[in-house]
Amino acid sequence: MGTSNTTKVLLEMRGITKRFPGVIANEDVDFDVRNGEVHTLLGENGAGKSTLMKIVFGLYQADEGEVLLRGEPIDIRSPSEAIAARIGMVHQHFMLVPPLTVAENVALGLSSSRRPFTDLAKVSTRISEISDAHGLAVDPSTEVWRLSVGERQRVEIIKALYRDAELLVLDEPTAVLTPQEVDDLFVILRRMVDDGRGLIFISHKLHEVMALSDRITVLRDGRVAGSTTPAEATRESLARMMVGREVRLTPHKGKVTVGDARLSIRNLTVIGDRGTPAVKNLSLDVLGGEILGIAGVSGNGQREFAEAVAGLRHTEPGGTITMDGADITTSSTRVRRNLGLAYVPEERMRDGVVAEFSVSENLVLVNHGSREFTKRGLLATGAIRRRSTEMVKQFAVKTPTIDTPIASLSGGNIQKVVMARELSASPGVLLACQPTRGVDIGSAEYIHSRLIEQRERGAATLVVSEDLDEILGLADRIAVMYEGEIVAIIDSADAKREEIGLLMAGVLET
Amino acid sequence: MLSKIVGSAVPVLAALAAFLVGAVMLLVLGASPLDGLKAILDGAFGSGERLAATAVKATPLILVGAGISIAFRARVINIGGEGQIIAGALLATVIALALPDLPSVVLIPLVLMGGAIGGTILGAIPGVLKAYASVNEILSTIMLNLVMVQFMNFLLRGPLIDPLEIAAGTRIPQTQRLSDNAALPTLVEGTRLHLGVVVAVVAAVIAYIVLWRMPLGFRLRAVGHSPEAARAAGINVERNITYALAISGMLGGLAGAILVFGSEGQRMITDGSAAGFTGAAGFNGIVAALFGGLHPLWTIPSAFLFGALLTGATQLQRVLQIPAALAVALNGLVVIFVISSARFRSYIQSIIEKRPSNRASEDLERPYSKIPGVDT
Repeated sequence: MGTSNTTKVLLEMRGITKRFPGVIANEDVDFDVRNGEVHTLLGENGAGKSTLMKIVFGLYQADEGEVLLRGEPIDIRSPSEAIAARIGMVHQHFMLVPPLTVAENVALGLSSSRRPFTDLAKVSTRISEISDAHGLAVDPSTEVWRLSVGERQRVEIIKALYRDAELLVLDEPTAVLTPQEVDDLFVILRRMVDDGRGLIFISHKLHEVMALSDRITVLRDGRVAGSTTPAEATRESLARMMVGREVRLTPHKGKVTVGDARLSIRNLTVIGDRGTPAVKNLSLDVLGGEILGIAGVSGNGQREFAEAVAGLRHTEPGGTITMDGADITTSSTRVRRNLGLAYVPEERMRDGVVAEFSVSENLVLVNHGSREFTKRGLLATGAIRRRSTEMVKQFAVKTPTIDTPIASLSGGNIQKVVMARELSASPGVLLACQPTRGVDIGSAEYIHSRLIEQRERGAATLVVSEDLDEILGLADRIAVMYEGEIVAIIDSADAKREEIGLLMAGVLET
Repeated sequence: MLSKIVGSAVPVLAALAAFLVGAVMLLVLGASPLDGLKAILDGAFGSGERLAATAVKATPLILVGAGISIAFRARVINIGGEGQIIAGALLATVIALALPDLPSVVLIPLVLMGGAIGGTILGAIPGVLKAYASVNEILSTIMLNLVMVQFMNFLLRGPLIDPLEIAAGTRIPQTQRLSDNAALPTLVEGTRLHLGVVVAVVAAVIAYIVLWRMPLGFRLRAVGHSPEAARAAGINVERNITYALAISGMLGGLAGAILVFGSEGQRMITDGSAAGFTGAAGFNGIVAALFGGLHPLWTIPSAFLFGALLTGATQLQRVLQIPAALAVALNGLVVIFVISSARFRSYIQSIIEKRPSNRASEDLERPYSKIPGVDT
C-alpha cells in the first residue's frame, strides 16, 4: 500500500447534500482524497456514489456543502471546468467512438495546435509517451473497435492523463474485465498514485476494494456509513457497513448426493446475432442435486447458450438437448417449461418481467392460464391475489402492494419476483443467468440461499455468471466458457481463482 | 389520486380545445359558433329519433373501436377497419342471398356470425404476415382496404348486382333488397334504433372482459408491453399477434354485417369508394378508441360522442348551410389534440407526483427505491 500520511489533501468535500424531488441522494457527506492515495467509495446501487462523483465532475451542483480543490474552494459547473481543474473521470460505459483511432479519440474535444487542421501526429507522440510512462500499452493508430475491452479502458485512462488529470475518478472500472486484466489495471493505477495523483475508485467488489485501496469510505442511503482502511477492515465488516446488518458472503452449502443427469446437451451449435457460431459443438451434463456454474467473460456465447436451452434461439442440426430423458431440442419454450424447466433471464427488465405489469401479474406471467389461476375461462383474480401475496411474503419481496408496477421496485426486489415465479413451479432444471447482477448484497445473499435450496431438492441448477466470486461460492462444478466452447470443467473444491481466470481469458489450454 | 383526475381531465380539455378551433372555423365560414353548437346538439340529441340516429351512427364506431383497443393493447396497429367491415358485410350479404327463407331467429345470428367470420379472415391475413413474415401491419392493412374496396365494387357491379338494376339499365352498384328475415329488429317503434346497437355494446363489454379478465387478454397485453418477456415466459408471441388482428377484424366484420342489415335499404350499396359504404367507420373507430383511452368500455361513450358529431353535422348543413365535412375536420382536430395531449398529460402528472423527470431518474441510479414502504 502507498503512503498517505505526508501528502496534501487534493480534494475535499464538506457537508455535501444533494436533493432530487422526493429523494435525498447525498446527505451531509464528507469525503476527501490526498495526493498519492486511492480512496475507495463503496456502496450499493442507489447509495449515492454516482451522484457524489457527478458533483465532483460538474454534472451536478451540490445543494449544500462545499468543495475544495488543492485547498481552494471551487465551484465546478460543467465537465469542461472539471477537466480544466485537472479532474478526470473514467466512466463505467466507455465514452469512445469505435470507428475512430485511439489518437483521434484522445484528441476529440480538444483544440488542435494547428487549427483548422488536426495535429494527430503530435497527439500520437504524446500518447506513446504516456503509454510508456504508465505501462498503458496501446497503439495510437489503431481504430478503437479493434481493441479489447481492457484496451479500451486503457484508452479512457490515457484520455484523462492526456488532459493532465491529477485527480482521477474511476467508476466501476473492473466490471467488464477478466481477473488478469483487473490485476494489470491495478498495477497501472498503483503506478499513477505513486506519481502523486489522487484516485477515487468506485466499486462494490469487496476483494478488489481490499486489494487496491488506501482508504475506504462506505456510503449507505446517501450518508457516510463509515470510513476505514483495508488493514482494519474485512470483507465481512465492509459488507456489514454497506448493508447495515450482518451478511453472509459465502453461501453455506450442505452436502448433497448428486443424481443422474437431468439436463444433457450434446454437440450444441448456436448461431449468434452476427451470423457466426456463438456456441460451438458444446456438450454438457447437469446432474440432479448439483449447481453447475458457467464462468466466462461476457460475450463468449453464454447468452446464446442460455437462450438455446430456454428454447428462445434455434440450434443447428446435429446438436441435441435432453431434459429428464425427453428430447427438447426443437420444443417451444412453453413445452420446455411444462416439462419442468425454469429460466431466469440475464436481461431482467427486458426478458424477465413485463415492466408495465404489476408485481402480481408478473408473478403469474408463466402460469396465468393454469387450472389454479383460472375459473370458467376467466382469470381467478382471488386465487391470483392470494398466491401472489404468499409468494411476496415467501421471497421477502419488498413492495408496497402486489398491485404496484414492478418497474418501481429496486433491482433486487424485481429479481426476487422473477425467482419467486420461476421457483414456485418446483423446476427439475433451473437455468439462472446473472442471478444477482445489479442486485444489492442483501437480496443477492437471499437469492443465493434459494438457489442452494434447489440443489437440496434434487434439481439440476445451471448458473451462468460473469461474477467469478458468485460462481466460486455457489457451484459444485465450474465449466469455463471461452469463444463458444467449454474449455474446462473443474470441481469447485479444486478450483483456483487464477487458473479459472486464465481459462476465461483463453490463455490456459487444458 | 389528484394526478389520476388530472390525467383523465387532460384529454377532455384537449377535445374542448379542438372544438374551440372548430368554433374559429365556423366564424371563418361566416356562422356563429353558438348557433353551430346549437345545431349540432339539436341534430344529435334533439328528439328520440335523432338520438336513435346518433346511436346507430355510433354502433360501427363502438365495434371497430373495441377491436382497435384490443389490437393496440397487443401493440398491433390495425388500420384495416374499412376492409374488415367490407369483408364482413360481403360474407353476411352472400349468406342472406343464399338462405333468404330461414326464419329470423336463425338467419340473424347467421348473418352476424358471417360478418364476424369475414372480418376475422381479413384481420388474420395481416396478422399472420406480421407474426411469421415480419410484414408491417400498418402497410398490409391499408393495402387490404384498397383491395377490399375494389373487390366490393367488382361484386356489386357484377355477380351480386340487383337484377332489377340490370333490367332498368341504371346499373347502380347495389345488391337486391335482402331477405327481411335477416333485418335487425327495431327496438323502439318510430326510430331507427335496432338490435345492432345492443350487439355492439355487448361486444364491447365482452372485449373488455377478454382483455382484462381472461388469460387470452393477459397474454395479448403481455405481448404488447414486452414481447421478449412474454416469449421467455413461454407465451407464443406470433400466435397472439395473429389473434390480436383476427379479433380486431372480427369486430370490424360484425360492424359490416350490422351496417347492411340495420340499414334502411336492407341492402349493400357502394358509390365506388370505401366510405360510400362504411361511412369511414373503419377510421373513425380508431379515433373513438384513441379518445376512449384504448379501453373497450370507454370506447362506448367516446363512439357515441363521435356519432353525435356525425349526425349533428347533418343538421349543421341543413340549418346553417355549413358543409357537413366540417365534422370530418373536427374529428381530425380532436385526434390531433388528444394524441398530442398524452405527452402533456404525463408531464403534468410527473409535476403533481413530484417525481424526478425521466432525465433525473436516469442520473439517480434508483429513485423509486425511496417510495414509502419500499425499504431497499
